[in-house]
Amino acid sequence: MINIQNITKKYKTASGELTAVKEVNLSINKGEIFGIIGYSGAGKSTMIRLLNGLEKPTSGTVTVNNQEFSSIKGQKLRDARQKVSMIFQHFNLLWSRTVAENIAFPLEIAGVPKVKREARVKELITLVGLEGREKAYPSQLSGGQKQRVGIARALANNPEVLLCDEATSALDPETTDAILDLLVDINERLGLTIVLITHEMHVIRKICHRVAVMEAGEIVERGEVLQVFQAPQAAITKKFVSQITDTKETQETVAQIKANYPNGQLVKLIFVGEKTEQPVISHFVKQFDVEVSIVHGNISQTKNGAYGTLIVQIDGLEANVAAALSYLNTVEVQTEVIANAN
Amino acid sequence: MLTSLFPNVDWEKMWDATYETLYMTTISTVITFILGLVIGILLFLSSPNQLWANKIVNFLTGSIVNIFRSIPFIVLIILLIPFTKFLLGTIRGADAALPALIIGAAPFYARMVLIALREIDKGVIEAARSMGAKTSTIIWKVLIPESLPALISGITVTAVALVGYTAMAGIIGAGGLGNLAFLDGFQRNRTDVTLMATILILIVVFIIQFIGDMITIKTDKR
Repeated sequence: MINIQNITKKYKTASGELTAVKEVNLSINKGEIFGIIGYSGAGKSTMIRLLNGLEKPTSGTVTVNNQEFSSIKGQKLRDARQKVSMIFQHFNLLWSRTVAENIAFPLEIAGVPKVKREARVKELITLVGLEGREKAYPSQLSGGQKQRVGIARALANNPEVLLCDEATSALDPETTDAILDLLVDINERLGLTIVLITHEMHVIRKICHRVAVMEAGEIVERGEVLQVFQAPQAAITKKFVSQITDTKETQETVAQIKANYPNGQLVKLIFVGEKTEQPVISHFVKQFDVEVSIVHGNISQTKNGAYGTLIVQIDGLEANVAAALSYLNTVEVQTEVIANAN
Repeated sequence: MLTSLFPNVDWEKMWDATYETLYMTTISTVITFILGLVIGILLFLSSPNQLWANKIVNFLTGSIVNIFRSIPFIVLIILLIPFTKFLLGTIRGADAALPALIIGAAPFYARMVLIALREIDKGVIEAARSMGAKTSTIIWKVLIPESLPALISGITVTAVALVGYTAMAGIIGAGGLGNLAFLDGFQRNRTDVTLMATILILIVVFIIQFIGDMITIKTDKR
């Protein structure tokens, strides 16, 4: 569905040339929810704008929905854009138009006759759950409602691809989840390909199938979301993963435990997929003569399965502890010794 | 009672003059609105990072606007005498004042249009582009509606300024309340005529301001 080949984008600035995207190759499948994560300035904003021709690459080709966006122009580009729509962090609704009129705007651009337009707007309003707010102006809506209008507007011309530019970054956590659920629903019901950029790992975890991590204009890591969570390679990826697993409280708790219980070993266990449902801990206590106290536990659902971490303190004879740890490795639970208290 | 307070006022002449002032103001406001909007949109679209970003067009348009905006109106009228004569065959009467009024006010309004357009959220224009909108669609359905309250309050200010300009134009023979106040009031030393003309000009200005404010509030859904 989307194919990016050897893309480089350079900007001329007052202080010289700036490379926003550097020799990136990427391919995204039809029906996939693909996330691009990075801090601000990593080049992800430029990346997503290359996908609908709002930015033109300095070199390389971008093909989306069989259209080469890197080279098409004029009416051909405008027609192609109707099938690759976009939603925005700040919604970008026209304040001068009501909800219904905002949703009708892309239909007006596509030249859809008035009667058909009205019928389509009605459908879309139901789809995004905004019944009864048709005549409201954007200034009378909450952030979540505004984004729903944005989504309805983006879906008006039955696009093949939906680009989400930090679509939930301006929303509170609860509204973020509601909007993400809506995106998943649309993805599943309409088979739409979704590409989103974000700086929140939570968004990636919750809805993406695959993820690419960007840093300084390059993709430093990519893969299935679960796999990236399980075994992050690049330093920046580890930082993003720890946004979800190692909260500040966890770190504080670990420090506290280390101080209070100088015996034994603190171990972080990482469970992936079906492993999260097995009684690994009780097996291990029965089988080896060790004491286990649980410090912290966490399970995150991703699109391709669950991902859990458990921090435990294992105390007992040194040989028993070592045997216990090697047992864990045989049942494919990853272990990471946090600190050897002895 | 009015006759005793304003003994020298010839009411028929006064109404004719009011009509001429209204005529000059209305026609010049309408044309200034259209011309200023076109120039303002051109200035906006040709500025850096905009849809028609073009340094030469932007510089030329900007220079013309600045030059005409800087010439004092009374001087502009005199400078435009040959042009008006060529265009209309005369330099007297309400119609003869129109070229000067429009050329004086349109650049002023164009600047206001530019300011109004710059206030539009860039994201909204980007959103329209991402939907595949043509530039003409962006102008008609995004730029103008999204800046409408500012465009209307701008034309209100311009219309009020134009009432003042018509009075100045009156002094060199364009008719209207300014002309009456100068010829019948000042030159013949009839203060009551000057006063009555002033009152009528004030009423015209207040009405314009009131209507302008009403429409501005009505169109602003922010």
